Amino acid sequence: MKILVVDDFSTMRRIIKNLLRDLGFTNADEADDGNTALPMLQTGKYDFLVTDWNMPGMTGIDLLRAVRADDSLKGLPVLMVTAEAKRDQIVAAAQAGVNGYVVKPFTAAVLKEKIDKIFERIDS
Amino acid sequence: MTNKEDNSQDFPGFETQLKSQASNLKDLVDSGNISEALQVISELNATRDQSLYQEVGRLTRTLHESIRNFHIDTARSADQEELSKIDDATDRLSYVVDMTNKAANKTLDLVEESMPIASEMKEEADILKGDWGKLRRREMKPEEFRQLYKRMDLFLDKLSNQSDKVYRNLSDILLAQDFQDLTGQVIKRVTGLVQEVEENLVSLVAMAGKVDQITGTVHEGLEQEQENSIERGEGPQMNAEERVDVVSSQDDVDDLLSSLGF
Repeated sequence: MKILVVDDFSTMRRIIKNLLRDLGFTNADEADDGNTALPMLQTGKYDFLVTDWNMPGMTGIDLLRAVRADDSLKGLPVLMVTAEAKRDQIVAAAQAGVNGYVVKPFTAAVLKEKIDKIFERIDS
Repeated sequence: MTNKEDNSQDFPGFETQLKSQASNLKDLVDSGNISEALQVISELNATRDQSLYQEVGRLTRTLHESIRNFHIDTARSADQEELSKIDDATDRLSYVVDMTNKAANKTLDLVEESMPIASEMKEEADILKGDWGKLRRREMKPEEFRQLYKRMDLFLDKLSNQSDKVYRNLSDILLAQDFQDLTGQVIKRVTGLVQEVEENLVSLVAMAGKVDQITGTVHEGLEQEQENSIERGEGPQMNAEERVDVVSSQDDVDDLLSSLGF
């Protein structure tokens, strides 16, 4: 299982990577915005995408839409981990096809719960 | 701001003149005295222009003062008069970003270094505990015991060293939190500046409003930002509990998503 973590803050990427490692996902790469992430995703190496919303360059919501619009990527599970907390935004993310939405600041338990739920749904 | 009191002086003067001259003008026109009526009109125009110039002048002066008020250490670059507190505030905030970034990375480094130590110690302790149990249940052969004896020695040595290491890392993590004090001070200063700027801007807007009123200028088309902010994002919400359009916890997010069929 290879995961791509997209966030413009390197510390947040490190924190998420550490939490993922604790959850048993040891294979994670990083990207700092959608523009860097999309070509990486298009190599087809990734099984799971964790992305922030608010980033310079391409935002997380645009990345999500680009992923869903790409035939080879549209089934990729996407978890949004973001400080964006407006109802409209959560609805927009849901409409764009997000698989889970975690608001920052978050705990390891919440991250685990959401990831478990996403894979439960995919496996069933 | 110094000009709050005199803001409202000249302009009503113009209004009173307008009122008195209006009735005067009507009388003149009624009595057929057109040339004097025109005279009054041009006087009114002159007064209006004068008030306008005054207001624009005051606006410019206040603007200039505000900019000058935000100056810092102009000696540092005497030729560059635009060097302002705003500039300084930007520097200060970059410093905050730097500090928090450094502290976070340092903390993460130390945590990443300590976690494997802790799990290694736990693993070894678990194994020794198993062997120790064997010894207590008197199931251990003499050869095994000699080995256990050696391993216990090594383990205790290592445990002591590694605990030291973890303790040092923890106290470094503790120290890394000193950024809170420093960044807190900087942010407080910047907040003060922002407040000052806000107050000055409000009075500038009030003055500009007067100029608009005298010239009869109407502004339009300033409200198109909404849609954009949803797409670009706003960052963390400060008073989520007080806002209806914002969720205040992960539970709210989950509720909202499940109401959408998630």
